[in-house]
Amino acid sequence: MIGRWTNSLAAGVMTGLWSIAAAAQSKVDFQTPQSPVARDVYDLHLIILGICVVIFVGVFGVMLYSIINHRKSVGHKAAHFHENTTVEIIWTIIPLFVLVLMMIPATKTLLTMRDASSPDMTIKVTGYQWKWGYEYLQGEGEGIRFYSTLITPRDQIEGRAAKGQNYLLEVDNPVVVPVGRKVRVLTTAQDVIHSWWVPALGVKQDANPGFIRDAWFKADSPGIYRGQCTELCGKDHGFMPIVVHAVTPEKYAAWVADQKKMMVATAVDPNKQWTLDELKARGAKVYSANCVACHQASGKGIPPTFPALSGSQVVNGPKAEQINVLLNGVAKDGKPTAMVSFKQLSDADLAAVITYTRNSWDNKTGEAVMPADVKAQRK
Amino acid sequence: MEAAHGHAHGHDEHAHHPSGMMRWITTTNHKDIGTMYLWFSFTMFMVGGIMAFVIRAELFQPGLQVVNPDFFNQMTTLHGLIMVFGAIMPAFVGFANWQIPMMIGAPDMAFPRLNNWSFWLLPPAALLLVVSLFVPGGGASAGWTLYAPLSVQLGMGMDLTIFAVHILGMSSILGSINIITTILNMRAPGMTMMKLPLFVWTWLITAYLLVAVMPVLAGAVTMILTDRHFGTHFFNAAGGGDPVLYQHIFWFFGHPEVYIIAIPAFGVVSQVIPAFSRKPLFGYTSMVYATASIAVLSFIVWAHHMYTVGMPVVGQLFFMYATTLIAVPTGVKVFNWVATMYKGSLTFETPMLFACGFLFLFTMGGFTGLVLSITPVDVQLHDTYYVVAHFHYVMVAGALFSAFSGIYFWLPKWTGRMYNETLGKTHFWLSFVFFNVTFFPQHFLGMAGMPRRIPDYALQFADFNMLSSIGAFGFGLSQLVFLYVVVKTITSGEKAPQSPWEGADTLEWTQLPSPAPYHSFETPPVIK
Repeated sequence: MIGRWTNSLAAGVMTGLWSIAAAAQSKVDFQTPQSPVARDVYDLHLIILGICVVIFVGVFGVMLYSIINHRKSVGHKAAHFHENTTVEIIWTIIPLFVLVLMMIPATKTLLTMRDASSPDMTIKVTGYQWKWGYEYLQGEGEGIRFYSTLITPRDQIEGRAAKGQNYLLEVDNPVVVPVGRKVRVLTTAQDVIHSWWVPALGVKQDANPGFIRDAWFKADSPGIYRGQCTELCGKDHGFMPIVVHAVTPEKYAAWVADQKKMMVATAVDPNKQWTLDELKARGAKVYSANCVACHQASGKGIPPTFPALSGSQVVNGPKAEQINVLLNGVAKDGKPTAMVSFKQLSDADLAAVITYTRNSWDNKTGEAVMPADVKAQRK
Repeated sequence: MEAAHGHAHGHDEHAHHPSGMMRWITTTNHKDIGTMYLWFSFTMFMVGGIMAFVIRAELFQPGLQVVNPDFFNQMTTLHGLIMVFGAIMPAFVGFANWQIPMMIGAPDMAFPRLNNWSFWLLPPAALLLVVSLFVPGGGASAGWTLYAPLSVQLGMGMDLTIFAVHILGMSSILGSINIITTILNMRAPGMTMMKLPLFVWTWLITAYLLVAVMPVLAGAVTMILTDRHFGTHFFNAAGGGDPVLYQHIFWFFGHPEVYIIAIPAFGVVSQVIPAFSRKPLFGYTSMVYATASIAVLSFIVWAHHMYTVGMPVVGQLFFMYATTLIAVPTGVKVFNWVATMYKGSLTFETPMLFACGFLFLFTMGGFTGLVLSITPVDVQLHDTYYVVAHFHYVMVAGALFSAFSGIYFWLPKWTGRMYNETLGKTHFWLSFVFFNVTFFPQHFLGMAGMPRRIPDYALQFADFNMLSSIGAFGFGLSQLVFLYVVVKTITSGEKAPQSPWEGADTLEWTQLPSPAPYHSFETPPVIK
């Protein structure tokens, strides 16, 4: 009787789980898979879950049966059997057999997941504390590069404004990819280990500083897929999301054309003489995208790890020294500090942000640093 | 646990020992030291618990309300370190100290002074960890795994943490040497290896694991220390190092560490379940072999914590196959426990309730462990709340529940007094319900895409996080019931008979009065 009851309970639980799973973007299941690998992983998980449920019912069926029927309070006398080699061998061999069966689909999926060969396009992803950099290395869109930073306003995070629908999962520049194309992702990092994860696309790959790793995905259908950094990378680990826009090949081609046009338009004449105000305006933007997380909008930083810029000796000292800090980072006693190199920024951006810091808060040097100054100091 | 002494047992008097504080500082008695380990462990459990409160308070709602992200990371880091090294491990060493001499028919541990030193290393280490929160830059915030290069970046709190880990490791190694020597050399005549109570077996195996891996951890954190201060580049690619190297070394320690925590828990449960089933353990021999196999396998599965670092696919396949193999001996243990209960004559006093809770929830953690062992599925779930749920099922519902089971089981022997059964059962049911309210929803959070170690989260994770926080507050407060039960037992519990448990058959119940005398066996018992 108990057996029948547990069976129907198990059936009920399974039906329940599957009907919940069927609902769109369920809260108790994986995100709806949007790539072949994500689908394989989803199915693989269902198989394992099924096996676990069967074992669960078996083991806890017996346990529950004993708890109900073999209690002292219902007058059950203890039997005294123990040590039975046959039984021990049976319950060693059967699980082993089940595991071997499970390894077959698992191995297949893993081999597919790790086969990043012959991609249609390659994107290099670089993790920074705390944003992502993207560089389209090969395939349509080659040469496009940009940074992708969280755009959720501080007011929403600190509870001074209502939180938007994509709270913490929205960025200024999403990665754009065409659907149905095999996209290889090369991951690396500038400072510490990060991890690039887009759940719906079934891709998660650590980004290790100094090394390059690969992963791949192929988006099934157009859509916006959101993920987050999944390797603890310091203070703002929770604030460096990933957004992938999968679009039709036609729209992708149009996006690539737009990006190329923009790159030409924003290219700066290296010898242009900028005014102090132009530099400060541009620098303010660069500062809020790159510096504000540590050094704060007030320029007061979070000492001792993130020093204040306002009143800083370096910022108010000779400009060559400050350019050196931004290009090469700061090392203390031979070890790198949280102030890493920002040489990935353009000469104009570096000149602008240096000018901005030298003329903001308590700093009043009145000095403008030109892109040419930065260029001269690059090695 | 004053009641453990102070009773006249003929020559058992120890009036010549110093009294007051000096007694505890200079003691070489296994019972006194066991008691200190247990109280130390409970104190650290409260400290780590307060940190969990801070974490869950911040995660109660989306947005930053309680602490800043950096302090949040310090809390998750120290919560992990303190619970693993300060609460769970010392708790089981406390059990080992109290129980091993009594269960093998010995008067005390083999190296009583070493035993004293092993314990007294712990408070300074704990102090270093707690003080690290107040130094400039705050405590370590790289997670309890202290991954380089993030841990190389941090302030001096990290250095204090490294020293604390060194001292804790030293304490564990010394304690393990003592336990191994005691078990191998001090058994009463006739107590052959295959007659040892299973709890003693599990500790013998655990002690070997500790001696093998604690030096590895010490090496890993020392490499971080020299990378930080002495110009080495073990983990810095620019100097020819590799950040992933740290993870390999850490997890070579870290995976056996999981079993260092779980195996003594298996041992406690293997004493409790037969006692309350009034039936011998179903497969004693296979339990010993299964435990040893788990210990051996634990050395070849470490990289399943690193499926996403970008290992070669052959490496991933090897670690997946080896990891799933662990399910076999673990399954054998679960089947044996259930077979022991089958056709027994069961009663459900508090120790048995916690043992059943352990069996049920630890197996749930085993299932999620099986799910996580499958590399492609793990890639999706790695570093999400699913993993957080998984290891709390194993560590809290596994190890902690087993420790509670053991304390309720042996408290009458230790103190000579019975605990209040109603209060004990209340403690169990509160812990059981709130534990599941806290951690079950975290499986869903992880599957839906919430990474671990984040102070703030997207809106779709809000309701389960709130539920989880409510559960956590409830679980934490329920532990005050436990403190109350223990203090009440010590101060005013009813007198306990020599064996309050009908089915208990190990030496401490059959040969020793309650409370057990200061020196357990001055003449070895006769083992039939």
